[in-house]
Amino acid sequence: MRTLIFRTVAPYLASLMILFSIFVLLRGHNEPGGGFIGGLIAASALAIYGIAFGVSPVRRAIRFHPMALSGFGLFLAAIAGILSFFSGVPFLTGLWIYPSIFGVDLALSTPMLFDIGVYFVVFGAITSTALALEERERD
Amino acid sequence: MTFYALFVPFIAALFAPALTRVFKHNAAWILALAPAGLFVHYLGYVEGVSQGERFTGGYPWIPSFNVNFSWLVDGLSLTFALLITGIGTLIVLYSGGYLKGHRHQGRFFSFILMFMGSMQGLVLSDSFLMLFVFWELTSITSFLLIGFNHAAERSRRAALQALVVTGLGGLSLLAGLLLIRNITGLSELSLLLSSGDLLRDSPFFIAAFVLVLGGAFTKSAQFPFHFWLPNAMEAPTPVSAYLHSATMVKAGVYLLMRLNPVMGDTVAWETVLPVFGGATLIAGTLLAMRQTDLKLMLAYTTMASLGLLVMLTGFGTEKAIEGAVLYLISHSMFKGGLFMVAGNVDHESGTRDISKVSGLRRAMPITFAAALLAAFSMGGLPPFFGFLAKEEIYAGLAFGDTWSVVFTIVAIVGNGLMFAIGFAVALKPFLGRKVVAPKDVHEGPVLLVAGPAVLALGGLVSALFSGAFHDWFSSPMASAVTGHAAEVTITVVPHVGLPLYLSLATIALGIASYVAIAPVRTAMASLLTGFGWGPDRGFDQVIAGIVRLSGAVTRFIQNGRLEAYITVTFVLMVLAILVPMGIAGEWPSMPAFPHLFFYEWAVILIAAIGLFAVIMAKDRLTAIVSLGVQGFAVAVLFMLMGAPDLSFTQFMVETLSVVILALAMTRLRLSPQDHRAPVQRVFDGAIALAAGGAFTLLLLRVLEVDLDMSLTEFFNTYSLQVAHGRNIVNVILVDFRGIDTFGEIAVVMVSGLAILALIRVLPKRSRSALTEPPAPPPEAARTAEAIHAEVREAN
Repeated sequence: MRTLIFRTVAPYLASLMILFSIFVLLRGHNEPGGGFIGGLIAASALAIYGIAFGVSPVRRAIRFHPMALSGFGLFLAAIAGILSFFSGVPFLTGLWIYPSIFGVDLALSTPMLFDIGVYFVVFGAITSTALALEERERD
Repeated sequence: MTFYALFVPFIAALFAPALTRVFKHNAAWILALAPAGLFVHYLGYVEGVSQGERFTGGYPWIPSFNVNFSWLVDGLSLTFALLITGIGTLIVLYSGGYLKGHRHQGRFFSFILMFMGSMQGLVLSDSFLMLFVFWELTSITSFLLIGFNHAAERSRRAALQALVVTGLGGLSLLAGLLLIRNITGLSELSLLLSSGDLLRDSPFFIAAFVLVLGGAFTKSAQFPFHFWLPNAMEAPTPVSAYLHSATMVKAGVYLLMRLNPVMGDTVAWETVLPVFGGATLIAGTLLAMRQTDLKLMLAYTTMASLGLLVMLTGFGTEKAIEGAVLYLISHSMFKGGLFMVAGNVDHESGTRDISKVSGLRRAMPITFAAALLAAFSMGGLPPFFGFLAKEEIYAGLAFGDTWSVVFTIVAIVGNGLMFAIGFAVALKPFLGRKVVAPKDVHEGPVLLVAGPAVLALGGLVSALFSGAFHDWFSSPMASAVTGHAAEVTITVVPHVGLPLYLSLATIALGIASYVAIAPVRTAMASLLTGFGWGPDRGFDQVIAGIVRLSGAVTRFIQNGRLEAYITVTFVLMVLAILVPMGIAGEWPSMPAFPHLFFYEWAVILIAAIGLFAVIMAKDRLTAIVSLGVQGFAVAVLFMLMGAPDLSFTQFMVETLSVVILALAMTRLRLSPQDHRAPVQRVFDGAIALAAGGAFTLLLLRVLEVDLDMSLTEFFNTYSLQVAHGRNIVNVILVDFRGIDTFGEIAVVMVSGLAILALIRVLPKRSRSALTEPPAPPPEAARTAEAIHAEVREAN
C-alpha cells in the first residue's frame, strides 16, 4: 500500500486522527469518548503513518519510546489519585477547579488528569507493540 | 521527639552518599552525629525508666483495623536502643576508617544507617505490625550488607541464604503475631504485657509459641538454623561487629525476652528454650574450636552466646533472667570490640588466620590492649562486666535437681570453651614471634582504634561502677523481662559460694582448652569431615530441590504450545458455564422471534458472512481480515442499539486487532496457510461451537432475568450531580470506579512491556531453533520484506 496517494494522504490523515483523538479524549466526560478510545485512535494514527513510511520516521516523530509514554500515563493517573491526599480525602477522589482564563470558565479536574493518563497508557502500549512487530531483525 | 528519632537514621542514610562524596571517609564524623544524638536522646529516658516508668506514644495508622504506629520505651527496649545507638556510633566511625577509599563507602554508610533505623524501630515498636515491618527491614538491610561485596559469589550466596532463612522466620513471626492478636484481641505489646494469663490459657498457645519461636530462632541463629550466621562473615567487618554480634542477631533474644512475661512460666517455654539454647551453646563452641579464621571463631562463639541467652531466658528463674540481661549487655560490648580487633588485624596485616599472623603486639599496642580487655570480659574474669554476668548465670542455674545440673554443666563447658577462644583471638595474633605479614603492619588511625578501645573499656568501667549501672540499666531491663520489679545487685567483689567455685571450674576448663586448642581443632576437623553433611549443605539441597520442583511444575503446566493453552482455556470456560446451568436446571427458554428493521438484518448478515469467510479462508491473512469484518458489523449493531461508546471502542479495537494480528503473523514467520489435519479441524470446530453455544445460552438466560436497575438509577442520579459528567460510562471509568481503571491501565502497561520483551528475545531464539546463522542472510530478509509488502497490500 505504499502508493503515492496513500503516502501523500497519510501525514494529513495521521495528524487529523491525532487531533480527533484529543478531541474525543476531552469531550469524554459529557459525550461519547474518553481516554481509552482516544488512545486507540491515536495509536491507529501512528499505525497508518508507520505503514506508509516505516518504523523509524514514527519513532522520530514521537521522540520518546512509546513505553515511556505509557509509563508517563500511569504516572499521571497516579498523580491524579495522590492529589486528593493533599485535600485530606481518600485516594482518587475527584477534585475540581474552575479557573477563568481569558474570561472563559474552564473546568479542570483530577478525573480529567486521570483520563489523560489512561490515554497515554493505551496509546503507548499499543504503539509500542505495533512498532516492535513492524520492525524486523534489528536487535 | 521519639517519633522523629525513629526517622533520624533513615534521613542520615539519605544524605550519606552525598556527604561521602564531599568529605570522603571523614564523612563518618558527621554521620556518627546521628546515632550519637539518638544515644543522648535515649539517655534522657534513663531516669524515668529506672524509677519503673513506661513511656508509650503513637498515632493511628490504619484505624479501621485498629492498627497504630506506636512505640514503647521500658527497661528492655531502652537498653537495646542505647546499645544500638551507642555501638552504632562507634561502628559508623569504625567504618569510616575500615572502608577508607572504598568506591562505595557512601553506599555502605547508607546501608548501615538504614539498618540502624530498622533495628531501633524493632526494639521500640509497640504495635505488632510495626514490629513485623521493622523485623523484616532488618533482614533486608542485613541482606544488602552481607552482599556488599556483590562481585564475590560467596557474598551473594551468604546474603541470599541469610535472607531466605530470616525471611522465612519473619513469615513465621507474622503468623505468630496475627495468632496472638486473634487470641487476645490486642495488637500492642504494652497491652499484651498486662493481659496476664490470657495468652497462656488459650488452646492455641502452643501454635503461637511455635510460630514465634520460628521467627526468634532463625533470627538469633539457634541450632539448627545457625548456618547462615558464619556465612554472613562474608560481610565487611563493621557489619559483622554490628549486625552479626552486637545487635541484629539479638533481635530473636529480644523477642523472647519481650514475650517472657506472657509466654514464660509454661512447660513448653521452659523445656524448648533451654534445650535448643543449650544445644546451640555447645554446638557453637565446638564449631568455633575448629576454626582458625578470627572472624569465624568469633561468629561461632556469637552463635554459642545466643544459645546461652536463649537457654537462660527460658530457664525460668529470676536469677537466670538477670544473668541473661547482664550477659547480653556484656556480650554486645566485648564481642563488638573483638570483632573490630579482628578487623584491625585483617586490615593492617592482610590476613585474619591465626595460624598465619603473630607477634603484632609492638606494632599494634592499642588494638592489643583493647583485645585483652575484651577477652577478660569474655572470659568472665574480675573486675570485668563479663564476670558479673557469669556469676549471675551460675547463681540462676545451680540448683540440686538433675535438670539444673545438666544445664549448669552445659553452661560451664560452653563458657570454658568460649574463654579459650576469646583468649585465642586476643593473644595468638599479638604474642609470639613476629611473622612477615603480607603488609607492613602498624597501628590503625583513630577511626579504627576508637571503637574497640571504647567498648573494651566499657566492660571495665561498667563493672567498677556496677551499683549505678545496675540501677540505670540492668535492673529496669530485668524487671521488664521478668514482668515484675527485679533488682540486680551483683558486684565485682567475689563472694565465696557455689557460683564462684563454678566460675573457677570454668576458668580451669578454659585454660586447659586454650593449651589444647590445636589437638581439639584437629579432632573437630576430622569429625566434621567424617560426618560430611551439615545444615549448610542441607540448605543448598533444599534450594536445589525447590528449583527442580518448580521447573518440573512449570514444564508440566507451561508446555509452550499455544494450542494447548487455548484448548484448555476454552474447554474450561464451556464447562464453567454449562455445568452450573445444568446442575441448577437454569436453561433459557426459547426466545421470541425478534422484530428487527431490514438494515439491522443486513448488518447481521454481513457479520455472518464474515464468520463464514473466516472458516472457509485458505490463508491466515484472509481469515484475520474476515474476522475484522464480523467485528465491524457487531460495532455497527452496538451503534444501532444505542451504545455509542461501546461501538466506538469496538471499531478501534477491531481495526487495531487486524493490524497487530497481521503484523504478528509476519513477524513470527507463520506459514501463510493454515495446515490442520481433518481430525484436528473437527476437534477445534467442536470446541468453537461449544464455546459459542455456551455463551449464547448464558446471554439468553441473563436477559430473561429482570434487570436490576438500582445501579443504573444511582449513576443516572449522581453522575452529573457528584461527578459533573453527563457521559455515565466515562464517569464510571474515571471517577466512580477509578481504582479499577487504575489497576487495568497498569495491567495494560505491563502487558505492553512483556510483549516488547517477548518480541525482543524472539529473533535469537527462532534463529537458534532454525539453526540459522546469527545474521539473517539477505535472501531471508528479502523474503520477510516480501511478506511484509503482502500484508500491506492486504491492508
